[in-house]
Parts: sequence; C-alpha cells; structure tokens
Amino acid sequence: MRDHATEFPTRTQDETHTVGCTVNGREYEAVVDPRMTLADFLREKLRLTGTHLGCEHGVCGACTVIVDGAATRSCLMLAVQADGAEVETVEGLAEDGELAPLQQAFKRNHALQCGFCTPGFLMSVTAALREESVTDEEQAREVLSGNICRCTGYTGLVKSVLEVAQGKESQGKDTEA
Amino acid sequence: MKPGRFTYHSPRSLDEALATLQVYGDDAKVLAGGQSLMPMLNFRLARFEHLVDVNRVGAEYAEPTFGDTRITIPLLVRQRRVERSAEAAAALPVLTEALQQVAHPQIRNRGTICGSLAHADPAAELPSVLSVLDATFTIASSRGVREVPAEEFFLFHLTTSLEPDELLLQVSVPRPPANQFSAFREFATRRGDFALAGVAAVCEVDAAGVVTACRIAAAGVAPTPHRLTDVEALVTGASLHEDLWPDVEAAARAQVDPTGDIHASAEYRSRLTGVLVKRALADIRGKLEATRA
Repeated sequence: MRDHATEFPTRTQDETHTVGCTVNGREYEAVVDPRMTLADFLREKLRLTGTHLGCEHGVCGACTVIVDGAATRSCLMLAVQADGAEVETVEGLAEDGELAPLQQAFKRNHALQCGFCTPGFLMSVTAALREESVTDEEQAREVLSGNICRCTGYTGLVKSVLEVAQGKESQGKDTEA
Repeated sequence: MKPGRFTYHSPRSLDEALATLQVYGDDAKVLAGGQSLMPMLNFRLARFEHLVDVNRVGAEYAEPTFGDTRITIPLLVRQRRVERSAEAAAALPVLTEALQQVAHPQIRNRGTICGSLAHADPAAELPSVLSVLDATFTIASSRGVREVPAEEFFLFHLTTSLEPDELLLQVSVPRPPANQFSAFREFATRRGDFALAGVAAVCEVDAAGVVTACRIAAAGVAPTPHRLTDVEALVTGASLHEDLWPDVEAAARAQVDPTGDIHASAEYRSRLTGVLVKRALADIRGKLEATRA
C-alpha cells in the first residue's frame, strides 16, 4: 500500500478521527471511523437513540436532524463531516419535560401511530417552520413530502403542521386526557 | 446498510484537494453534498479506497456570483442556497423552478449543484437545465484548468468527461437577455421522486412574439440530457400558439428513444416527453403574456 502520509497530511494514518460537535446545546467529543454516518454517531456513540434509521439511503426521512440550522438526512452525512457543527435532534425539542407545541399537536391530532417515523417528521417540520410560513394544506404537504409515514395517512400530520404554523397550538390541548 | 472502509481526506484548500486527487485519483471519489454518493456507499453499490471530502476547501466556493455577463456557481453551492435566492429567481427562473423539484428540502440543503452535475444521473433535473442555459463547465486539476460545454461534459449514464484527478470547479452560464423566457416541467409518480421524464426549455422572443432562438432538452429519456433539436427548429421562427402543440408533441415523441423499466414503459416515456414539451412551451407563452398584459 502506498503511503503518502508525510507529503499529504490529509491522509489519515490510523483510520479514526475525533469529532467534536454540539448536540442540543451540549458539547460532545468522540472517536469515530470515517465511515460512520452521523446517524450512527448520534445513536451509538452519543446514545441519542431518538433519531431513527429506516432506509439508510435518504428516502424515508426517519433520520432527519437539523445540522447548522438545516434539516439534513443524518444517514447521508458522515460523522466526521459534523466536526464543529451544531446538531439538533428530537431529544432537544421538549423543554423541562414539557412537549414542544409541535409535539403536542402531533399527540392531539394522532399524527403518529407506531411512532417510528415521528422524530424525522418533527425535525423536518421544525426546520421548515423556522424557514418559512405555511398557510395552506398544499404547503403543509410540501413540508411533509420528504418524510414517509406508513401508518397515519398524513391527515393528522397535515393538520398538526397547519395548527402550529397558524399558532393555534393552545386550542383543545390534551382534551382526550 | 453501512459504507465499506475508506480512507478519508478533508483538504483545507483547493490546491490541497487537487494535490490529493492527483495522488489518489484512480482510487478516489470526490465527496461534496453526498446526497447521491452516500446512498451508493451505504448500499455498497460503490466502494472507493479514498474519499476526498471537498466541503472544507473554502467558504468562498459556497456562494454563487451574479456578474453583469455571467452567473457562476462554484462547487460548494448547495441547491437550497440557489433555490431560495431572489437574485437567482430573477436571473435564472428555470433553475429555480427545476431546483424546487429536485428531491426534498432535506436533500437540497446538503446537495450541491456541481455535485449533481458531476454525478450525471440521466433522470436528474440539473443536467438538462444547465444544458439549455448554455453552461460552461470549469474543470480543475493540478495539471491546470479547462472549460467544456454541456455536450462535451455529459458522456453517458453517470459518466462525464472528468478525469480521475479532476474536479468540477464551477459551472457558469451567460446572463440571459431580457427577452428570454424559460420553463421546466417534469412528471414523477410521487413528489420528490426521480422524474419519469423532464423537459427544460428556454426561448428568446422578439417584440412581435416570434421565437428567435430556442433550446429544449429532455431528462430521463436518454443517457445524457437530450436536446430536442427538431422541436427547436419547429418553434424557432414561430409564435407560441396552441396550433403548434400537436406538431411539437409529435416531433418531441419522434426524437426520443427512451428505455422502459419497472416505473414506465418506453412508449409511455415518449408520450410523456411530448406532453411535457407542450406544457413547458405553454408555460413560456403564459409568462410572455403576463409581461405584455
């Protein structure tokens, strides 16, 4: 095997890298193989298992997290690429044990059944609502289109997005409880 | 699944990236947005001994520039960056329209324009759009810099004229004249999926409403962006009018020879191409009328 490590400092010699990043406001550091994805890094190195892995090729959206403000497929990003990044995951949404308005809306509208896809939906919608206003069903469906749910038929998801976008999250809160 | 082992390189400058490619080019793959490459690595459809991650070569490569004569998109410009740029929407509306139909926002947040072009998926939107925009592809290696037009850049399915030690440094297009109108149309079975076919069209129109120049390219129906020269000839010198549509549809259908697959038959894709060309030209007519209303 050729070894150009001296002339080319970018060549890794030991096949591992130290990744330092902020996740939900807390700083983490871990040693990873370069081939480890951000999703596996979050789940296996940081034990933040709220981020789910479905298809592992960027189609299902279950692994969506927010990286430096942008909704990102964590299965399509290497952990080494997140060195220095600010990452937000589903674990960061609730504050002091209180569900975020979007999570409350999901609960209220039955926007989940098995819950596997839910973390990805929550992160995609959270990022989208920060970026732009959503005023109609068409826009809500566009926001949701990058995630797949096999249980709900999306009606509850659409309703939740519209409610939170229109600031109606306080209406009918947890009436079924 | 998970990617196989590779050696990871993260050059901190363009020179370093090119030097790395010079040494490892034959066994290396450039990683930009990774939205096409990472799925292939995860599925182990592709394996490379070396990955050269260009994401840290410099922030100056992440911003498009809007010059008086040319608009330039360097290698690290994310698709979403251009999609959400008002300047881009004003100067190159067809690019904005097409970007909105590239996969999903989560993919476009990370995927780069140059990366999609270098990946050269025949079903992708951007190769056909950059083809009709008369783009110049600037290719760099430690041997120097060269420039090629779209028809010399795209060679075959997932194959470009990039040599193993080369990097697509930027793509640039001439700033369109004020009398240019454009449209992009595609059809996919689900929003964000790869299109069964797509059509990018630009027309320059004179004061009388006559098309003086026209470029139309189809995606998803050939190994590379497929220029519909017969339709271009038909439209050039004519006014965009409904009477023209049957001939346009027939010419488009006759000029494509797509392959069928599990998603759509060859016949369906041919017919779809005709319909999409018609819709794109109707969009252009609508935009033209809106400016003259």
